[in-house]
Amino acid sequence: MDTKPNSFRTQPDERGHFGDYGGRYVAETLMPLVLELEREYRAAQADPAFKAQFDDLLEHYVGRPSPLYFAERLTEALGGAQVWFKRDELNHTGAHKINNCIGQILLAIRMGKTRIIAETGAGQHGVATATVCARFGLPCVIYMGATDVKRQQPNVFRMKLLGAEVIPVTSGRATLKDAMNEGLRDWVANVHDTFYIIGTAAGPHPYPEMVRDFQSVIGKEARQQMQDRIGRLPDLLVAAIGGGSNALGLFHPFLDDADVKMLGVEAAGRGLHGEEHAASLLGGSPGVLHGNKTYLLQDEDGQITEGHSISAGLDYPGIGPEHAWLKDSGRVEYTAVTDDEALEAFQLLCRTEGIIPALEPSHAIAAVQKRAKEMDRDAVILANLCGRGDKDIFTVAEKLGVDI
Amino acid sequence: MTDRLSTTFAKPHPALVCFVTAGDGDTAANLDALVAGGADVIELGMPFTDPMADGPAIQAANIRSLGGGTTTADVLAIAAAFRARHPEVPLVLMGYANPMVRRGPEWFAVECAKAGVDGVICVDIPPEEDDALGPQLRAAGIAPIRLATPTTDAARLPRVLAGSEGFLYYVSVAGITGQQQAAQASIEEAVARLKRATDLPVAVGFGVRTPEQAEAIAKVADGVVVGSALVELVGEHGADAPEHLRALTAALAEAVHSAR
Repeated sequence: MDTKPNSFRTQPDERGHFGDYGGRYVAETLMPLVLELEREYRAAQADPAFKAQFDDLLEHYVGRPSPLYFAERLTEALGGAQVWFKRDELNHTGAHKINNCIGQILLAIRMGKTRIIAETGAGQHGVATATVCARFGLPCVIYMGATDVKRQQPNVFRMKLLGAEVIPVTSGRATLKDAMNEGLRDWVANVHDTFYIIGTAAGPHPYPEMVRDFQSVIGKEARQQMQDRIGRLPDLLVAAIGGGSNALGLFHPFLDDADVKMLGVEAAGRGLHGEEHAASLLGGSPGVLHGNKTYLLQDEDGQITEGHSISAGLDYPGIGPEHAWLKDSGRVEYTAVTDDEALEAFQLLCRTEGIIPALEPSHAIAAVQKRAKEMDRDAVILANLCGRGDKDIFTVAEKLGVDI
Repeated sequence: MTDRLSTTFAKPHPALVCFVTAGDGDTAANLDALVAGGADVIELGMPFTDPMADGPAIQAANIRSLGGGTTTADVLAIAAAFRARHPEVPLVLMGYANPMVRRGPEWFAVECAKAGVDGVICVDIPPEEDDALGPQLRAAGIAPIRLATPTTDAARLPRVLAGSEGFLYYVSVAGITGQQQAAQASIEEAVARLKRATDLPVAVGFGVRTPEQAEAIAKVADGVVVGSALVELVGEHGADAPEHLRALTAALAEAVHSAR
């Protein structure tokens, strides 16, 4: 299927460009490293032993395949299309992030790197990175904005339990993008022994492609599971988008299935009309940050502005470059959901299905809520339940005015 | 436009290249102090919210500048005013891609030319992404000044040199600005390697703080770049920075100019 001239699954090109987006916008010091990383990744892709080890760890350590689940009571409550969930919140560490971390740490080991660094916002990628570092006995340094360190104490403690060193980042505005800046600064100063595990499908080539490929296990499984369970593909895929890795992981294996529509859900925060949102695609414009060209939240001079979302995992002012290309090409539709709508969807899923979702997929659920009602009862929606909500109960309690 | 750069590097002594961030303090007065102190080339930093390659000193300067409301128009106005006061001193803008390409690379290149800018150093546009700004700069007569680093090996160097103009900026350490200095021996070896590969002047920067360091580098290089040490003076002394900048620049210039 990849040979079709009009395929949506052949990006990026050899320079790492997704149409106008992506690329390798890094300092010269890092350029030889990202070129080396690309060569090593190509070699790993061609090595059956690499894939075998990746698959083995996903099955026996992460717990894959994750279930495909028909949400019967939610479907009844919405009174429209059937709603199905890909249960990636049941993975080890509670989110999809671990899929990518397994792939990248195997690559790091293959390259002989002896030290791992990563950035984290809400802490889920930091926990997943710390987890694989503990599993393989590699030292791990996690950069986390000082503001996020305060907001996400349970995850900070988890990372420390797993043996990681968590460095609070006070530069800039002390959130995720500043943690990523600090990760890049560490990498540039420790190029010989350090591997940077980027947590989403963004950054310089080959990261967007590589992270997407590791996360595509989600969509490959879901495609097969749908065929096995109902004998056909879903009509609509829905996933939340921060950097966009869980969405690409679900969408990519379906991109050339013309009858499968796709909806990416950004965080509208307190509304797209003001400044307090994290919707780079719907409320931003193209620019260059953190190694790639993509849609960014920025002012007229190209200064990066801060995103806001109730979900710390979504408030990044950029987005993976493949989403930028999928948006412009029209293959994927993008929408946005506010903090309040996500909070309502969070509670709805708790009560109808006995599942406490993370605030990130709560955005996807809120979009499902709207779309399901507009679709026939025999239509099928598949949404990615990319994380569980244990980490978010304090945020939700505060929003609901509950003292715990 | 690049004539000013070639004239400067054709002088019988090595060049002192001085960096400050635009919009941090009284930039016009700071730049005049650098020239009065003996700076041969001025690097004017364009502030950016996310200076990934910079250490704490220049990060702080970016925050001070943007906190004071500095815009791209302000940076260009500072450059144009400098050109009017100092018709002979080469002026190079240094910064990150996003503010440079925000209104389109043609716009930026043309505005730089109007402001009398001689060259542009864009930290995060490597040769592989030259299309994003390089052709437009060349068309406007602005030198795209590239960086070479300790990780730029012999196989890669020709790619970096192709399309480089003005001078080659050798980043002497794999790291961020203003941190440790590289060992002198490694700098000598690297500069010799670069000079075998190009006729462009080679200026060395990152981690150079004192006249002694500058003099040692100037014995082998065509230019020495000092940034963080100057930017720290601006941060420390604010409105009184010019006299301190002038004093440090004078000491650096004497060391660099008399090195060989």
